[in-house]
Amino acid sequence: MATQTEVTRRGSGAAAQQAPGQAPQRQQAAEAPIRPPVDIWENKEGITLRADMPGVSKDRLNLRIDGNNLIVEGQVQFELPENAEALYADVRSSLYRRSFSLSGELETGKIEASLKDGVLTVRIPKRAELRPRKIEVQGS
Amino acid sequence: MFGIPSNPPSSVFDELWRLQQEVDELFGSWGSPLGIRSQPRGSFPGVNVGQTPERVDVYLFAPGIDPKSLEISIQQNLLVVSGKRDLAAEEEANYYRQERFSGEFRRVISLPEDVDPERVQAKYTDGIVQIGVQRRESARPRQIQIQ
Repeated sequence: MATQTEVTRRGSGAAAQQAPGQAPQRQQAAEAPIRPPVDIWENKEGITLRADMPGVSKDRLNLRIDGNNLIVEGQVQFELPENAEALYADVRSSLYRRSFSLSGELETGKIEASLKDGVLTVRIPKRAELRPRKIEVQGS
Repeated sequence: MFGIPSNPPSSVFDELWRLQQEVDELFGSWGSPLGIRSQPRGSFPGVNVGQTPERVDVYLFAPGIDPKSLEISIQQNLLVVSGKRDLAAEEEANYYRQERFSGEFRRVISLPEDVDPERVQAKYTDGIVQIGVQRRESARPRQIQIQ
């Protein structure tokens, strides 16, 4: 089975399970938060960020503005039978974290966010007065 | 050239992350052979497998998919999951990052030999597909009474 690849800690973030002979450094690395993959795009209205955060429910999502930064955090939770031991784990941390610095033309007070099936969508509108205006060239 | 960094500062972290992945790949395969059907870390969807004496649970980290589009099959102890996640690009938008997986995927997971392919359950919650497979009774550890 895939056991040969890696026997690691439980996916839930419960006490780490260490295979004999495994270097302790590897365990430490497992504690590092996961950087969720994101798509980011901009249109006339503002910037939209979409992040994959499977296993995060609404009450375990922490989205906040700290100074000029947007911080996205989430805690993974899934049902795990008691005494389960990990046979294989691609996902070795139970925390997602990533931050982005915003710029002044964005209206941080009007950020909207939604979470569905582990996908977070954050819409950051631009200040109305700063949205690009098309400048018409007058014909003579 | 001209002392101007050609990349935004965040790419330094991208680089470190990539490096970490490579080191992971290198040392992860040290000493113990790679599963013949294993895929590199970062493949979509991520897979975790946990076991107890009674059951084996497979977790697929597959956010934003339609669970009806998933095909899950099990033959003896080989679990095959395939599906797709098509991300349509927004119109009239400029993309800065497109890191999320889009397209078809397929993962093959070999489970312990004693799983019972007749007793499988699957559900989808918060972007995680959980597939629970019961193990055969005969394979479970049993307490032996001394007469």
